[in-house]
Amino acid sequence: MDLNDDPQQAEFRTQVRSWLNEHKAEAPIVMGEGQIEDEHERIEAWRGWQRKLADAGLCGVTWPEEYGGQGKGPIEQVIVNQELSRAQVPGPLDFIGLGMMGPAIIVHGTDEQKRRYLGPMLHGDEVCCQLFSEPAAGSDLAGVTTRAVEQEDGSFKISGQKVWTTNAQFSAFGVLLARTDADVPKHKGLTMFIVPMDAPGITVRGLRQISGEAEFNEVFLDEVHVPADTVLGQVGGGWSTALTVLMFERLSIGTSSIGYSAERFAAGVLSAPGAAEDPEVRQRLGHVGTEMIASRFAGHRLLSDLAGGKLPGPEFGLGKVTIVKSAIEAGDLLADVLGPDALDTGSEWGYIISFLPGLKSAGGTEEILRNTIGERVLGLPPEPRSDKGVPFSELKAREKEEVA
Amino acid sequence: MDLSLTDEQEFLREAARGALKRVDTVAAAREALEDETKRPDLWKTIVEAGWTGLLTSEDGGGAGLGLYDAMLVAQECGRVLAPVPLVSTLPAATVLDAAGDEASAAVASGELRVAWLPAAPPTDQEPRWTTDPKGGILRATLPTATVDGSTATLSGAVHWVLDAAQAEALLVTAEGPDGPIAVLVDASASGVTVEGLWRYDATRPLGHVTLDGAQGRVVAADELALRRAWHVAQGLLAAEAVGTVDALLPVAIAYAKERHTFGRAIGSYQALKHQLVEVLRLLENAKSLLIYAAWAHENAPDELSLATAAARSGAEHALDVATRVQISVHGGIGATWEHDAPLFFRRAQLQRRLLGGAGGATDRVAGELLGGVVPA
Repeated sequence: MDLNDDPQQAEFRTQVRSWLNEHKAEAPIVMGEGQIEDEHERIEAWRGWQRKLADAGLCGVTWPEEYGGQGKGPIEQVIVNQELSRAQVPGPLDFIGLGMMGPAIIVHGTDEQKRRYLGPMLHGDEVCCQLFSEPAAGSDLAGVTTRAVEQEDGSFKISGQKVWTTNAQFSAFGVLLARTDADVPKHKGLTMFIVPMDAPGITVRGLRQISGEAEFNEVFLDEVHVPADTVLGQVGGGWSTALTVLMFERLSIGTSSIGYSAERFAAGVLSAPGAAEDPEVRQRLGHVGTEMIASRFAGHRLLSDLAGGKLPGPEFGLGKVTIVKSAIEAGDLLADVLGPDALDTGSEWGYIISFLPGLKSAGGTEEILRNTIGERVLGLPPEPRSDKGVPFSELKAREKEEVA
Repeated sequence: MDLSLTDEQEFLREAARGALKRVDTVAAAREALEDETKRPDLWKTIVEAGWTGLLTSEDGGGAGLGLYDAMLVAQECGRVLAPVPLVSTLPAATVLDAAGDEASAAVASGELRVAWLPAAPPTDQEPRWTTDPKGGILRATLPTATVDGSTATLSGAVHWVLDAAQAEALLVTAEGPDGPIAVLVDASASGVTVEGLWRYDATRPLGHVTLDGAQGRVVAADELALRRAWHVAQGLLAAEAVGTVDALLPVAIAYAKERHTFGRAIGSYQALKHQLVEVLRLLENAKSLLIYAAWAHENAPDELSLATAAARSGAEHALDVATRVQISVHGGIGATWEHDAPLFFRRAQLQRRLLGGAGGATDRVAGELLGGVVPA
């Protein structure tokens, strides 16, 4: 049982750490206390920071070298994440592009697409957002209704609405899932596009959350005209491209360190006089602390698996359930012991309390995640479905009839 | 980073599984509820397998293995509800080994069957060493010892001692003139009364021990060794619970696939599927916590109390949920003697209340975190 790096990993960690020691003073404060107030200034500062990280080889760690990456494995990516968190500096601005969209372009893109998009993405010059979810297609992503209609010259016109789009307000491109054929079953008529966000017909609107901040956006597309070479993968092959993205998303969530720790919440409890001696408070803290420690060691187990060449399966999603659940309970505990001040946006805990209820559904709802794990990991039979093999247009007509 | 099992560990686990196969311990757990004479004693099995010496150093006459190795064996015991007193024997063995005591080799080899009288180290809220009360929520005091040379005279009582009535010797943690000391007492010595008893779960023989001027030999163990004995016991009990949950889950899954209602397998309903996934989640968390506990035992003594308490808290919670889900997945039959589920439920119910209880472990997690211990 060895929690230490092997010699090669240790050497990589030393390099990363010494670079960060030397440069961490240059990192902007992008979140929490002391953050750069003006959004535009903040994003530009963060962009500059990503450029420095990229030049130091700390972006695109797992990308092949021919596209400017480091050609290393997920373990090295985890080491970078851990060291960034240890140095208390932000990671790259475009974590969505680097973690998910870039890797999908590497797998499914044409040579021309790889040349065009990957370099600027790596350095933060062009941020890339994910245009997948829609108001009526979230966990059931294959139910997207955004239409891409092929024109006579082979170009496409895209219309529809996307939602939960992080970074859309300053992205240069979005990877978009649209329906190109409604007369075949829903997984089959999909196509993935790389859409320039400044194209005529695109409107981005901030979506305010419980906290009052708008971390997500809605993106409206009205007859957005894109050329044929924006198709990523095959026409009609959008679902397989989407699955690649979701696989990278899992790896990306699994290997990033979320800043909720048992010791941090314990320090919060200590700041409320009398709370540390209260038996009920202690039981609650003990339970959430136990779950958070378990998450930390689940992360160590994942690393050990990765080192042994095993990729994280759907069961790894349970780690997300645990960390979100325990952090929600811990936020609730903090509000109980600190009183209404803890709910304030300016408090250390206000953000967590407001943000976490939504995080439960991020990347697919917890309920759907439990279904997937129940079926793929435990081998339980699926719920009966009425959408299999049915043309999408018919499915939608049926839905309308039922509601009426 | 490598957390995978070594070949030796795989072998140890397989050997443990094989050794425990010789007796149908689950059937015995049922029969023994009605017929005391059917209560099996696997002492011979564990001695032959060498488990009594798992944690004792080679110099002390044992195998010198790590806590994770002992936990692998404990998981196998938990899996089949084996009535095996490792949670009592091994903590005692570690104290004798740490002291370089003359009895260490005999305990490690199983020649001398010794029961450890549980004693909980102080917490941030409870400055004394304590033992479990016979009832109620107030912690009880340790027996007291007066010392004359190497002989200690003990008075007091310790309740809910595992394997007390079966053991030939008792390892007592007592309040000495300058703090807690360990004393080895012959179970048949004058002034020692052991009331053997069973409660609710026939797989764990218990006893109330009364010491009334009983004399024993002082063991030269320091306070650290006494603390570690408690933490080792917590870790082993956690490992047994993990093994039990690991055995329950596939049984529930198989039934959920086979049993149909309203034209479909019940495992297809989210209401059941989500419960089973919750058991998996808690089980995986508890397995991660066992790794932490065993790692801290070898590498981070300052975190041992936190790590073993977290393991116990997490594993007991998993066991509680798993035994209840087992009953609900099986419907009414799961709550009857027609099924094994009640045996596992009984096991969970009793063990949650032993050795400081699951709640005590959770409280200790809070205390350690509030005291500034940062997990690795």
